[in-house]
Amino acid sequence: MSRMVQGWYSEVYTQEVNPDMDFTAGIQCPIPISDYPTILLGHGGGGRLTQMLIDGMFVQAFANPALEMLHDGAVLDLPGPRLAFSTDSFVISPLFFPGGDIGSLAIYGTVNDLAMCGAQPFGLSTALILEEGLLMADLWRVVQSMQQAAHQVGVPIVTGDTKVVDRGKGDGIFINVTGIGLVPPDRMVSPRRAQPGDAIMINGSIAVHGIAIMSVREGLEFETTLESDSAPLHTLVAQILDTAGDHVHVLRDPTRGGLASALNEIAAQAGVGIHLDETHIPLDEAVRGACEILGLDPLYVANEGKCLVFVQADHAEAVLETMRRHPLGRDAAIIGQVVAEHPGKVVIRSRIGGMRVVDMLSGEQLPRIC
Amino acid sequence: MRFVDEYRSEAAAQKLIHAIQHVVTRPWTIMEICGGQTHTLIKSGIDQLLPAAVTLVHGPGCPVCVTPRELIDRAIAIAQRPEVLFTSFGDMLRVPGSNTDLLSVKAQGADIRMVYSPLDAVKLAQKYPERQVVFFAVGFETTAPANAMAVWQAAQLGIENFSILCSHVLVPPAMEAILSAPGNTVQGFLAAGHVCAVMGYWQYEPIVARYHVPIVVTGFEPLDLLQGIYMTLKALEEGRASLENQYTRVVNRAGNPGAQQLLQQVFAVCDRSWRGIGVIPHSGYGLRPEFAHFDAEQRFVVTDITARESDICIAGTILQGLQRPHDCPAFGIRCTPEHPLGAPMVSSEGACAAYYHYGRQWSGA
Repeated sequence: MSRMVQGWYSEVYTQEVNPDMDFTAGIQCPIPISDYPTILLGHGGGGRLTQMLIDGMFVQAFANPALEMLHDGAVLDLPGPRLAFSTDSFVISPLFFPGGDIGSLAIYGTVNDLAMCGAQPFGLSTALILEEGLLMADLWRVVQSMQQAAHQVGVPIVTGDTKVVDRGKGDGIFINVTGIGLVPPDRMVSPRRAQPGDAIMINGSIAVHGIAIMSVREGLEFETTLESDSAPLHTLVAQILDTAGDHVHVLRDPTRGGLASALNEIAAQAGVGIHLDETHIPLDEAVRGACEILGLDPLYVANEGKCLVFVQADHAEAVLETMRRHPLGRDAAIIGQVVAEHPGKVVIRSRIGGMRVVDMLSGEQLPRIC
Repeated sequence: MRFVDEYRSEAAAQKLIHAIQHVVTRPWTIMEICGGQTHTLIKSGIDQLLPAAVTLVHGPGCPVCVTPRELIDRAIAIAQRPEVLFTSFGDMLRVPGSNTDLLSVKAQGADIRMVYSPLDAVKLAQKYPERQVVFFAVGFETTAPANAMAVWQAAQLGIENFSILCSHVLVPPAMEAILSAPGNTVQGFLAAGHVCAVMGYWQYEPIVARYHVPIVVTGFEPLDLLQGIYMTLKALEEGRASLENQYTRVVNRAGNPGAQQLLQQVFAVCDRSWRGIGVIPHSGYGLRPEFAHFDAEQRFVVTDITARESDICIAGTILQGLQRPHDCPAFGIRCTPEHPLGAPMVSSEGACAAYYHYGRQWSGA
């Protein structure tokens, strides 16, 4: 959801609507400027500050029914087919990381957002913002990776745009990918459909991408064989939908802000409570070790190849079997359920049997002192 | 995962909880010193699994929380200087000063970088000889040796563009301040295991003798805490003021002599101001005169910057265990992680942050 709205914003901007036009004329900025006179990194962290920006500014400024569904993409009702439409920008550092690079990540990211709408992707656009001085060889590597990813997914990149900014005003390459997909007429997958009794599943270990990126970030390098989980989820999602059809209520890829933030968003949007069991959440041992050392909570660390599935309980086992047969779902697990109690809140049972609330991420997760 | 899962076993936790229920006959108030312990207690829900007669109050052992506003203001003033590359551990960056915080100053253009070790700051000083690299050296006895090592290393290498903004604090004087404060309710302590890994626990012997309180050196995993609580309660019920060590896999009486020697070489004990508590005599470390040229407060002449603590934030009474986060009228209303009035709401070891993030305001614990 969050990316979709932000992407929608940048899409409007990059179309270069008359730059002198004040397109918020008549609307007062709903985020108290006195609180945040400048953009902080936390505004991009996927947590509460991001949500404040999206709900408080973008959704109000650009208000329309398709946007207000706040899903991973917008589903447009046209005469004829139903379209899903999504956009995502990628500003990752480093550009090349274990298990992927910014190019494939950008393609998979948008393809996944479309898949989460229950859509079959059929066309992508890309906009590249390049920093002066970027090595041509690096650009070629990224472009090849995008080509291979698009080919693998079977979706063409049909249009694009390139801009170059002064040295120091970019971070090598920024990529925006926008995609359109087809939604079957009867398909209704939306965060608002989460219902008490739904089983909540995920297709494998959380926090892999965030930790893999951190392991190669300057100043923090640590030795690990971890690779990002960046992957296209559309075939997994198609098989899940084939298995349980309309009983699949919600699909969501928990990227920035991690599992905790995605579940908080869904709980708030559907007005339901969510109950998790910590011991059931798949967590790779190496990822867990890195989180322990760095003082990070894996519930808040980013994923790029994970899919949350909310399904009516009596179809949960069948969906779980389907997921486990797919290469991207071998470690799939039922991690919790939707409850009628504590609407809007996510509650987790700890390893030793205590209970706590799992809050949304505030700003960014910062490693602690000791 | 080895060395982690053993200390998070539900079956073992249940046994300890039964033992605690069995040993307790009347109300007791225990303080865990360290903010890391506070977070484990709340995150794993131990506070809710204990008998109602046992009250846990949260201690001052969060270095971010006890750093006074004045020092944050000084850090911000230094970080805003164009020649400065300011480095800090992550969780100092969000702590509010009088008007702003380091993350906001970074957003406005200051060169502020998060590091994982003070030695990385020394490396940055070598890499950028034309810049003034400053490290925000906060922490208890746990982090002090690494910071001492950074200064010592910079001295050995003759690195002149490195300095530290020093705000080191010490646990035993803070415990004495708590025990001698009027209205103190703390009857037993869980001492901070990692502090004792460096310093040993001999320093607590005079406190046990003088104030007749049991102290148990305790680790950080759920089972460590449950066992530490059990040992403290057993001592209280038996009327023993004893010093015991739960964290035997890490801590011994003497501590780490190499680290202690380095601390003595670089730092001298001094008076320190604690957020919301005030000056506690002999409660911190400052640089020894022979290392004074690494003192950022002197180098950038910021000692004239003074600040008053927030009128609303009750960090001082929370850090002394006199009140708990939800006793504060601002908690979760005017004071949230996005709009913190005090450090305990933003630090990853802060008691208010633990109560807020783990939802203790909703579960009514």
